[in-house]
Amino acid sequence: MRGYLARKTLVYGLTFVVAVTLNWLIPRLMPGDPVQRMVARAAVQHPETIESMTVYYERMFGLDLPIWQQYLNYWGSLFRGDLGTSVWLFPTPVSQVVLDAVPYTLGIMIPAIVLSFVIGNTVGAMAARSRWLDNVALPVGYLITAMPYMWLAILLAWGLGVALGWFPVAGGYDFGLVPQWSWSFAADLLHHWVLPFLSLFLVSLGGWAIGMRNLIIYELESDYSNYLSALGAPRRLVRRYAFRNAMLPQITGLALQLGTVLGGALVTEIVFAYPGLGKLVLSAIQNQDFFLLQGTLLFVVIGVLVANFVIDIVYVLVDPRTRTGLTGATA
Amino acid sequence: MALSVTDLRVYYRTLKGDVKALDGVTFDVADGEIMGIAGESGCGKTTLGKALIRLDNRMRHAGGTVALDGEKLPIADDAAMRRHRYREVSLIPQYAMSAMNPTRKIGKMIRDLLAAHGVRYAEVLPELERRLALVGLDAEVLKRYPIELSGGMKQRVVLVLSTLLNPSLLIGDEVTSALDVSSQKAVARALVEFRDHGFVRSMVVITHDISVLFQVADTILVMYAGHLAEKAPARTIIDEPLHPYTKMLIGALPQVGDRYDEQQLSGIEGRPPSLLNPPTGCRFRDRCPLAHDRCAEAPPFREVAEGHQVACWAVS
Repeated sequence: MRGYLARKTLVYGLTFVVAVTLNWLIPRLMPGDPVQRMVARAAVQHPETIESMTVYYERMFGLDLPIWQQYLNYWGSLFRGDLGTSVWLFPTPVSQVVLDAVPYTLGIMIPAIVLSFVIGNTVGAMAARSRWLDNVALPVGYLITAMPYMWLAILLAWGLGVALGWFPVAGGYDFGLVPQWSWSFAADLLHHWVLPFLSLFLVSLGGWAIGMRNLIIYELESDYSNYLSALGAPRRLVRRYAFRNAMLPQITGLALQLGTVLGGALVTEIVFAYPGLGKLVLSAIQNQDFFLLQGTLLFVVIGVLVANFVIDIVYVLVDPRTRTGLTGATA
Repeated sequence: MALSVTDLRVYYRTLKGDVKALDGVTFDVADGEIMGIAGESGCGKTTLGKALIRLDNRMRHAGGTVALDGEKLPIADDAAMRRHRYREVSLIPQYAMSAMNPTRKIGKMIRDLLAAHGVRYAEVLPELERRLALVGLDAEVLKRYPIELSGGMKQRVVLVLSTLLNPSLLIGDEVTSALDVSSQKAVARALVEFRDHGFVRSMVVITHDISVLFQVADTILVMYAGHLAEKAPARTIIDEPLHPYTKMLIGALPQVGDRYDEQQLSGIEGRPPSLLNPPTGCRFRDRCPLAHDRCAEAPPFREVAEGHQVACWAVS
């Protein structure tokens, strides 16, 4: 187990380094110059002023240094928890901007992932042995799983938001409210949360249900299920074993899905103008804000890596066959 | 009479119609008898084994009865049959290698199964350990996962597990087929020992390997294309078979001392008939050297000597 953990930690460490490097590199490959943009925003005409402003900003963001030094400085400040200053929201620190947005993204993602996983797997397991549910749940599942995130989001926004008017279609809370700890604000927050959550939840749901249905049918036809039934085990016991074993590939699937769901969450946020990381990424790109884009993507990368790491550990705990500590028996 | 099967018919449902895999078989198994069933692939021997404990969902009970210790078994009713399984009829499956849940420790799985039958694990544990020791396994295997055991070990665990509640009838389906010869011998010996200890009253051992049956079985039942061909004590089947199919089957086995560079080992020409629309009369007719006009009528399965039954017109 210790060797396994060490190996996994090494792999995740390497992935982290590569991801951070790409994260630093990609904004720098974008066309356009953010400093020019800031200077232009100041709307000054005087060439000398422009010159001195440019120099000031370049020094301030460290863009006057050779590129390799910028890279090393990036790592240095990363370890100090300093992600730089946002160009778009100058002079707010990037870490502040990102940390304000993270709760919104996690707030729709975690419930969407957990609930779709739990409910999808349960429905799928039931569909495996109920013809009615199989004929209804599966086609619907195929339909919504095949939809792109933003398409479903737009449909929901139009249907439940515009046409029926049940839910607001934009923002994390009412623009007339000031964020504070009060019941009315919390209720408003929840009201705005429903549609982004629902679109993420629905798209994932069908996939889990379809996967689980097929896996459970396979497990129920397997040798150990037949043997247990032949020895008079009640259906409940056979089902329990089958469900548990069918969950194993689903957990692997969850690890693979995380990145996709995150991408979906970013797109969904943009559709609903939800103030999470997705909207931040869009704004950062639109405003040529290197540092904000770097910082946001860094959080995304860390989130995916941590979640995958946790799933790797969980998998070892739930599937004895992946354990290296097995010693075997002799006779 | 421990097991009494009367005119049992079990068909497989297919799109083209019923495949008559078991078409009217009648036989008895006495208390303490180990009966071997032999026959080539597709003759209905596995279907017979399954019919005695659990029909799968493609199988249809088309007629006939099965009685165990004088009580009729509701073989067509899966729910009613559950009460009889394990305590009265038990099974060692063809697939012992994969018969146990791969993600559950063996001891825990046995505990779950016993709990479902209302038996407390702690009460049975001493006996379980004793029987594991009898087949040469340490009680420590109960704390292992199935993948940690070798094939032969799994087979023996399954043997102990299947017979733990002392069933009247044990069905062993190809028990030794997946094992190497040394494990085969150990398992074959364990089967006989379990009967001798009274853990199992009688057994039906299904195999295509007649040499294994000769070691294990008291009597051998030879099947052909869903019908019974011959039943006799094992020694008689080997030394003095009467049915032409049995003769050819035994003749197809290699013999110690024969030199096969001088003579060819003979097989049986032709192939068994399709069971979708089987021919009337004796089903072995097309391949039989003794076939004559009368074989167009199905021969009865009748006793020709003490404990020796044959279905053939050519045997008087």
